[in-house]
Amino acid sequence: MEVATPVWSAHATVDRHIDSFAAGEGWLQTSPEFAMKRLLCAGSGPIYQICPVFRREESGRHHNPEFTMLEWYRPGFDHHRLMDEVEALLHAVGAPAQRYERLDYREAFLRHAGLDPFAASLASLRAAARFDGDAGTQAEERDFWLDLIMSATVGPALGRDAPVFLYDFPASQAALARVSEGRARRFELFWKGIELANGFHELADADEQRRRFEADQAWRRANGRLVPPYDRHLIAALAHGLPECAGVALGLDRLLMLLRGLPDVAATMAFAGDRA
Amino acid sequence: MASVSTNEMKAGTKLLIDGEPYSVIDNEYRKPGKGQATNTIKIRNLKNGRVLERTLKSGDTLEVADIEEIEMQYLYNDGEFWHFMNPASFEQIQAGKTASEDAAKWIKGEETCRVLLFNGVAISVTPPNTVTLQITETDPGLRGDTSGGGGKPATLETGAVVRVPLFVQQGEMIKCDTRTGEYLSRVGK
Repeated sequence: MEVATPVWSAHATVDRHIDSFAAGEGWLQTSPEFAMKRLLCAGSGPIYQICPVFRREESGRHHNPEFTMLEWYRPGFDHHRLMDEVEALLHAVGAPAQRYERLDYREAFLRHAGLDPFAASLASLRAAARFDGDAGTQAEERDFWLDLIMSATVGPALGRDAPVFLYDFPASQAALARVSEGRARRFELFWKGIELANGFHELADADEQRRRFEADQAWRRANGRLVPPYDRHLIAALAHGLPECAGVALGLDRLLMLLRGLPDVAATMAFAGDRA
Repeated sequence: MASVSTNEMKAGTKLLIDGEPYSVIDNEYRKPGKGQATNTIKIRNLKNGRVLERTLKSGDTLEVADIEEIEMQYLYNDGEFWHFMNPASFEQIQAGKTASEDAAKWIKGEETCRVLLFNGVAISVTPPNTVTLQITETDPGLRGDTSGGGGKPATLETGAVVRVPLFVQQGEMIKCDTRTGEYLSRVGK
């Protein structure tokens, strides 16, 4: 079923590295995920929508502060079944018609950065990161260094010929995904080194979700970032019950850019951020 | 001192890093969907031309270098310094060997050059794109040669050596492109 949820909300994401635009007494959505998970809790069954999302400070060749997301949820699926469906969708829109490799997060780092992201020492992560700035309060965080290695080394090497699914991330990077055996059950889709989609085997535990939101808020406070209120309606809905499901968000601007061989996401938009 | 954030750095932004002046060539924003955003800037050292890359956290700031580019007239070389004058203010500055050596072989006096000042000190001199200079020394060309062929070296009055067609003779004035170091044409008296 196609759904439409509000672009504006009294709550916002508290993700450590995603900043929302404040709009009046509330916020513009950075993703429709909270509202769509609330619909799933209310018994919607499988749902999808195409909607604008907004992220502050994100601007570059592959980023625009406003972009278009296709997001959908499948009750009864885990993230592996959802990868199959994402692959089928890409085949249908003209991406390479073949089986896409499923690459474990650890395997991707071993192959492209020559290190084990779970076992390597902090010092060797730092040495591999090619970073010249001041890490500041994040100097001791493994995720900070893993992110840098991902965006400078591993990510650009993924999906050179055909799209690749990267899956089972560190538990510390779980976001809204469930965690088991120390791994976040989520995936990302890469094509030509560009991240196109992000999918979760969705976390259904209300208490765990609230703890993550609060930990993210505490991190933001400690790092001098804006601390928006998290979506308490989502916590209430999860407490009511979320069906076992998987969900994915796919950036349509980037997909169009790659399918048409365009130089940047701005080329897919009538008026990109600097002229909007 | 003024500073500039990574998301304001554009091609041409002048930065001060480790006491050295740099100009931004390119700035690439990267961000894992759920992770730390970075900017990788490609920068050119304005003193020695070397290009390097620096990866910073998005939102970090760097100091802006005090860089000024002025059109100045070349006056003379005193053996150690090259002297230039601002034709608007008549203010004179001197540029040392490191700043001047690339330009020096193309200028003899009165040319308008672009002088880059870092904290008020000249760090590089760019000569006009084309200059007209006299050939002080070249081998006599072969009769009947028109153009094309291999050419021959010719030394100009400023010391520059350029390849010229065989028919071009010692004592003639020629026009050269200072960016490529190539002969363009003969210039009639």
